[in-house]
Amino acid sequence: MAEALRAVVVGASLAGLRGAEALRREGHRGPITLVGDEPHRPYDRPPLSKRVLSGEARPEAIDLPGQAGLDLTWRLGSAAVGLDLPARAVALATGERLPFDRLLIASGTRARPWPNPAEASLSGVFTLRNRDDAAALRAALAAKPARVLIIGAGFIGCEAAAACRSIGLSVTLVDPTPTPLASVLGTRIGRVVAEMLRREGVDYRPETRVEALEGDAAGRVRAARLAGGGRLDAPVVVVALGALRNTEWLAGSGVAADAGGVACDGFCRVLDRAGRPVDGVAAAGDVARFPHPLFPDGPVAFEHWGHAVEQAQHAARTLVGPPEGHGAYAAMPAFWSSQFDLNIKSVGLTNGADAVAVTQGSLAERRFVAVYGRAGRTVAAVSFDSARWLPAYAARIAAGDAFPPILGATDQGRVAPMDPGFPQRPARG
Amino acid sequence: MPDPTLFAAVKDPAHRPDPYPLYARLRESPVALQDDGTYVVTTHAALRALVFDPRLSSEDLPDATHPLTGNPFKDWIVNPIKDRIRSRHRPLIFRDPPDHDVLRRHVMREFTAVRVNAMHARVDALVADLLDRKREARQIDLVDDFSYPLPVTVICEMLGVPPEDEARFHSWATQLATALEPDAREDKENRDKNIATFDEIAAYMQDLIKEKRRHPVDDILSGLATGHDPQAGRMGDYDLIATAILLLIAGHETTVNLITNGMLTLLRFPEHLERLRADPEMAPRLIEELLRYEPPVHFRTRKALAAIRMDGTTIPEGAPVVLLFASGNRDPARFRDPDRFDPDREDIQHFGFGGSLHFCVGAPLARLEAEAALVALARRLKNPRLIENPPPYRPGASLRGPQHLRLAIEGIA
Repeated sequence: MAEALRAVVVGASLAGLRGAEALRREGHRGPITLVGDEPHRPYDRPPLSKRVLSGEARPEAIDLPGQAGLDLTWRLGSAAVGLDLPARAVALATGERLPFDRLLIASGTRARPWPNPAEASLSGVFTLRNRDDAAALRAALAAKPARVLIIGAGFIGCEAAAACRSIGLSVTLVDPTPTPLASVLGTRIGRVVAEMLRREGVDYRPETRVEALEGDAAGRVRAARLAGGGRLDAPVVVVALGALRNTEWLAGSGVAADAGGVACDGFCRVLDRAGRPVDGVAAAGDVARFPHPLFPDGPVAFEHWGHAVEQAQHAARTLVGPPEGHGAYAAMPAFWSSQFDLNIKSVGLTNGADAVAVTQGSLAERRFVAVYGRAGRTVAAVSFDSARWLPAYAARIAAGDAFPPILGATDQGRVAPMDPGFPQRPARG
Repeated sequence: MPDPTLFAAVKDPAHRPDPYPLYARLRESPVALQDDGTYVVTTHAALRALVFDPRLSSEDLPDATHPLTGNPFKDWIVNPIKDRIRSRHRPLIFRDPPDHDVLRRHVMREFTAVRVNAMHARVDALVADLLDRKREARQIDLVDDFSYPLPVTVICEMLGVPPEDEARFHSWATQLATALEPDAREDKENRDKNIATFDEIAAYMQDLIKEKRRHPVDDILSGLATGHDPQAGRMGDYDLIATAILLLIAGHETTVNLITNGMLTLLRFPEHLERLRADPEMAPRLIEELLRYEPPVHFRTRKALAAIRMDGTTIPEGAPVVLLFASGNRDPARFRDPDRFDPDREDIQHFGFGGSLHFCVGAPLARLEAEAALVALARRLKNPRLIENPPPYRPGASLRGPQHLRLAIEGIA
């Protein structure tokens, strides 16, 4: 019976590819069709803001290795535009309709564009999410612009700044918050990153808002106008304002999806508007919003590499086997970033943290582990050049240890809880 | 709870030939409390968790104090100062971060992949030469004739230690390696011997390092003695001496076991000896399985800096902890059919080189030497047979390997 079942995977990036592979591994015998809006085979995104920008890796040389012999069918360069649940079919931009018995939604996110569409379309203004984005930005950087203006000091903004400095470009990095990475790490730890950016020669300007981008007659960006006056010449502008979830194609389908993602249960089953699981439809990766047992505030969505892989595998198991057969998805969130020579890694979630403490190493040496507490519990840990210790912290977070955990560690000074300094922000996730 | 005297049995030389059944019994509890207050960590999962736990310290070596000489100047001034300095400048294997990391960075700057790979041809030549010398023999002792001299010569050349001084290191290395054996390190007499030996080898190294500073050449000691790390600066003299001694001893006491255990295992599973002879390309996989199946170092000791909960057991602050890596390597929860030697395993994530920050610095060199050695032994020994099975073992329970491995052969090709 299983032979006849058709699977469609919407999204041909990391989660989609690993999900398709897992479907096969879990015993799905019928056809598997992967739908991708980009014309490319699945590729790895982390290098886009690092080695691809610096020119160390060519944009076409970052394909994700895939398992051979899985007999996958590809619909690349044709975005999914609709889901017809009663007919159990996905509509593509090309007009094609793909019927399915099993559907994995892994449509991911896209870069949040510059809010003014006319300014966003000026040549020289870039976002950084896709391979083509990175290739175009790389070409602009290779032409040695007099300055690169990066708007947004999140991970992508900071990594892009590091890549630009590594090839000797002048970089100005602006952000409305008081430090880089403020919303994820808080301003106390963000200050360490700010010091590093400055030491590495980045013209970093906190609490600075770009009001408008100015172009010339030829439609090329020339400058950025700052709130409160001031103007920056900027022949190249990188807009790094975070991501938007690709859920518009699900509008009106009956599936519970909005800007916050596609609603799922703990088994990755997609929910309908009444909160009931939709038979044979699962979601995974950046787009999936789900209840996580470690985070009781409500459903969460993670834009993390390892999560995309693990949740896709979980979703595939749900689609093929009895969903409750393998327990709810509860993997510990984790991400990393590399900028300049620094490796930043994190486990857990800093959402709502009310305290941070350094438990190993020192902020002054920029080599440490900092833990985050919330109402007396340990909820996250971040390491700067000390990633080897994080598994121990992940175990303490999973166990719900009191904050601060791991007292008495090697290389531990006085553990003094501090205000993490999170800026006022809408709830993430 | 498993029998609390099992680890004492592990340390008993009577069980040296086959400690694995004891490990299996210890594994009934992932962290097994022994009646001397030691906590023995035995399962793959618990070892994995604890090697990455920053509450386990490697600074667990008892403080060294010179025995009284009767000379008040030495007993009250010179030796106490020496002891204090030595305690602060232990080798990195007995150090925690951040000092450990600084020392390791210095070592890794010199112990590079380029330098290791450059030894390839030299190792092949040494292997060939050691075998050529026994060409007509009908019996060899693999340890004395081959697996000991090979890594010793290699580490001396890489460090830049004159090979003619090797006879002196042999006994120094054997003595100082007892610092890894729990019973020996608790033994007062043995500790006094270690101090005397350390003083001798330290004096030797100090002269050698002076010489390297005057006439630096392309070797590791010259590099460490004259080098400058952009982050860590220059290595202090005491750390340099301790590091040099560590590298020298590690080169003496570990790879010898890997090669000897390797040949012993191949003779016990002759179908794999046959396969290796026919297909040297399988050597890397075979050596990884060997590192799982018969690792050169069976355990390392740590001290708990704080109470640590693990799998239902709480290791109290200050307790001695044994990371029994060789038991994790045989954990049936991690490896299917763990007591079978099977180079075709898909998954060989062993603890043969330890793990985490103290992962063996010399691992790439050990692999290179073991590959050259085992491939040559498989190809050149004619009809090798074990004369004693099991062979006699060296005293160490941690650094475990045969004292001798006498083989009957029909010559060497």
